[in-house]
Amino acid sequence: MQVCMEHSNCYHCGDPCGARSVEFDEKVFCCQGCKVVYEIFSTNGLEYYYDLEDAAGTSPDFKPQKYEYLDNPDIVDRLLEFNEEGIQVIELHIPSIHCSSCIWVLENLNRLNSSIKSSQVDFPRKKVRVTFENSEFTLKQLVVLLSKIGYEPALSLEDFTRKKSPVDRSLLYKLGVAGFAFGNVMLLSFPEYFEVQEFWLDQYKIVFRWLMFAFSLPVVVYAARDYFISAYKGLRSRLLNIDVPIALGVLTLFVRSTVDILFDFGSGFFDSLTGLVFFLLVGKFFQQKTYAFLSFERDYKSYFPIAVTRINANKEEENVEIYKVKAGDTLLIRNQEIIPVDCVLNHGDAQIDYSFVTGESQAVVKKAGDMLYAGGKQLGGIVEVETLKSVSQSYLTQLWSNAVFSKNKASGFQTITDAIGKRFTLAVLSIAIIAAGFWLWYDPGKALNVFTAVLIIACPCAIALAAPFTLGNMLRIFGKYGFYLKDTNTLERMAQTASVVFDKTGTLTTSDENQIVYEGMELTPEEASLLKTTLRASNHPLSRSLYQLLQEYDIQTLDEFTEEAGKGLEGRTDQQSIKVGSAGFVGEKGTKKPVETAVHISSNNVYKGRFAFKNTYREGLSQLFSRLKDKVGLYILSGDNEGERQTLGQLISFPLPMFFDQKPEDKLVFVKDLQEKGKVMMVGDGLNDAGALAQSDVGVAIAENVNVFSPASDAILDGKIITHLWRFMDLAKQSISIIKWSFVLSLCYNVIGLYFAVTGQLEPVVAAILMPLSSISIVVFTTVSTNFIARNLRIKS
Amino acid sequence: MSVIYVLLAISISVAIVFFIAFVISVRQGQYDDAYTPSVRMLFEDELVDQSSENNNQNKSQTE
Repeated sequence: MQVCMEHSNCYHCGDPCGARSVEFDEKVFCCQGCKVVYEIFSTNGLEYYYDLEDAAGTSPDFKPQKYEYLDNPDIVDRLLEFNEEGIQVIELHIPSIHCSSCIWVLENLNRLNSSIKSSQVDFPRKKVRVTFENSEFTLKQLVVLLSKIGYEPALSLEDFTRKKSPVDRSLLYKLGVAGFAFGNVMLLSFPEYFEVQEFWLDQYKIVFRWLMFAFSLPVVVYAARDYFISAYKGLRSRLLNIDVPIALGVLTLFVRSTVDILFDFGSGFFDSLTGLVFFLLVGKFFQQKTYAFLSFERDYKSYFPIAVTRINANKEEENVEIYKVKAGDTLLIRNQEIIPVDCVLNHGDAQIDYSFVTGESQAVVKKAGDMLYAGGKQLGGIVEVETLKSVSQSYLTQLWSNAVFSKNKASGFQTITDAIGKRFTLAVLSIAIIAAGFWLWYDPGKALNVFTAVLIIACPCAIALAAPFTLGNMLRIFGKYGFYLKDTNTLERMAQTASVVFDKTGTLTTSDENQIVYEGMELTPEEASLLKTTLRASNHPLSRSLYQLLQEYDIQTLDEFTEEAGKGLEGRTDQQSIKVGSAGFVGEKGTKKPVETAVHISSNNVYKGRFAFKNTYREGLSQLFSRLKDKVGLYILSGDNEGERQTLGQLISFPLPMFFDQKPEDKLVFVKDLQEKGKVMMVGDGLNDAGALAQSDVGVAIAENVNVFSPASDAILDGKIITHLWRFMDLAKQSISIIKWSFVLSLCYNVIGLYFAVTGQLEPVVAAILMPLSSISIVVFTTVSTNFIARNLRIKS
Repeated sequence: MSVIYVLLAISISVAIVFFIAFVISVRQGQYDDAYTPSVRMLFEDELVDQSSENNNQNKSQTE
């Protein structure tokens, strides 16, 4: 039975069932937690959850006491979105939402508790909005209920301090206005395209024309407003950006058309005008692709807790908001809780996981009197600490007061479209003036006509669309393979990257796998077998990975087993006893400093040796570096000591500048200095890279799981594909060439149009055909060619 | 031919009604999440099926 279960997958979460598997209701579960969720679902008639998608669940893992602060009404009040007459509404972020089963079960929460009135999931943002009656039900109960079924909400300091910002939907309105006007104007202008001399048409054309004018008015005044504003701003700072010729074109179209219908010169160009604005806005909309479930703006607030347990003067525990913690307070930090401030350990055994901060996944053991920095996560038992600073003044959080975090990288950057805009505007204006000058001498009556016709036909709609569609499509392609960029501007900056700086721990190394090296006296098979048996009973992450390593040994029956949280394990049979754990626990007296994570072993109270856990480098790194070597400058910055210099040197087959013992500020300054030589891409992961990521032109945060946490950055890259980074950089460069080719293509259309314009033959129908034709062919060209150059990505991934 | 004024008035007012409907739907946030409704729409059907299935089962049991 055991063997068969070892090979099956959990009915709830799909993980392989290991030694701790449970059988229930003829189904196999990987752990007790998954079984409990199944029980909850099946007793409440929610089995449909498993019909929708196989093994859709998430294994629950939470501590109810973590949410004790939700008993505090002040805190609850600030989290709630609505709270009146016994009805409360809250929007919760649930990172584990991932499939249709999740949506279904979260929208049927009312079957689990009748106080829940309704719940609505926003899948792209991974949020659920719950409405409940608070007479018999509290927010805390809701959070615990969600956590119990594997949907633990992420409540962080960010939710607590964030001001609810209204959603900006103005682009949608503008698109609606422009589309509405475009469609109607097209219909109204159709008759005049063909039979201009028809009697009835002649009779009513005035009505038709003024109706078109009426439809165009909101387009010029409202939908195209941003182009006028941007052009005005550009001109004021003496920049000819692409919006200048666009605004000029729109304005000329409108004025010329109005004059045309006013004096009955013709039907005007209202169709081209509304179409132009509509297409431009579609381009803008396409470019605005955002990954709603990712946040690129996160700082320490998004993973710091809202409240902590403080021991007050009367030795009582109380939950306080994190901002109310002062230096000198005594706090209790439980298992899996984050240390919010710099503090000194009073008592308890601290094992601090600094992976959020440094990317180092193995916990660091601390003793009473040691200094603990904010951002670490306690693993193991409860510890009591005394704070040294307040939250905002801690070592790590102080970094965020640096000015780089409030800087907008896109504002100082000239996009490729704006770069061509200047030359384009000058060229168009000179052609218009020359043509008008010629006609002034040849046939003065036509001069104004020709001048405006040039401005109309040269309105760079196709040029303005080239970049949004190329970059927008590339952004989507990148996202499909696990590289999420904040905006298209980032992609352009990436194409210009001159040097790439890598962090080491967590970026070049992976926290998923560890290399375990045994150092010391060899273990006898009996000892190894006993060791495996002892480890089997433990839930500690180090025990689990060590257990995996000792696959080939048999399992014995233990007579006695004890586990001391934060210290180690002891297993005993009649002949033998074995101790596994920290150096102190097994009786090893301080030979080496604990520079690396290790598990020490003693057998029958004789010290045998230790298993050292070493970070492994990601596969394919040497290929990544040799690919990038000729294109960009490469640097490695690490917060660790020099211990790894040689290993890294061997891994990368050519010499490369490496800097060790770098503090977060050092990294920031290093990037800043490097920026004098060109655009810098910083690739890092932990919070200690946050400053450098913000300073760099392209800050790429590496994440093992993109849903969990990453510091503020311009892009988030799935750690598994970091070795493909060079492909993405190549694609970014190629995208820029596609944009340049699109410019050439749209200039061809402009030349054709200009022929009609300067010869004074520009009919509204010509403009109405040429404008959409050029725009659509640019969209087709950019979409097809971006997909074409990205085809390699598909094969390789 | 002055019927054309009536026709124009009708067509434009229909267009404006739809435009207002669009503006209202944007304002209500219907365009904020364009994905979830597409999944949710399928659930309702399944649910109805399931409950009717249960009813059928109950019926057959009682019969």
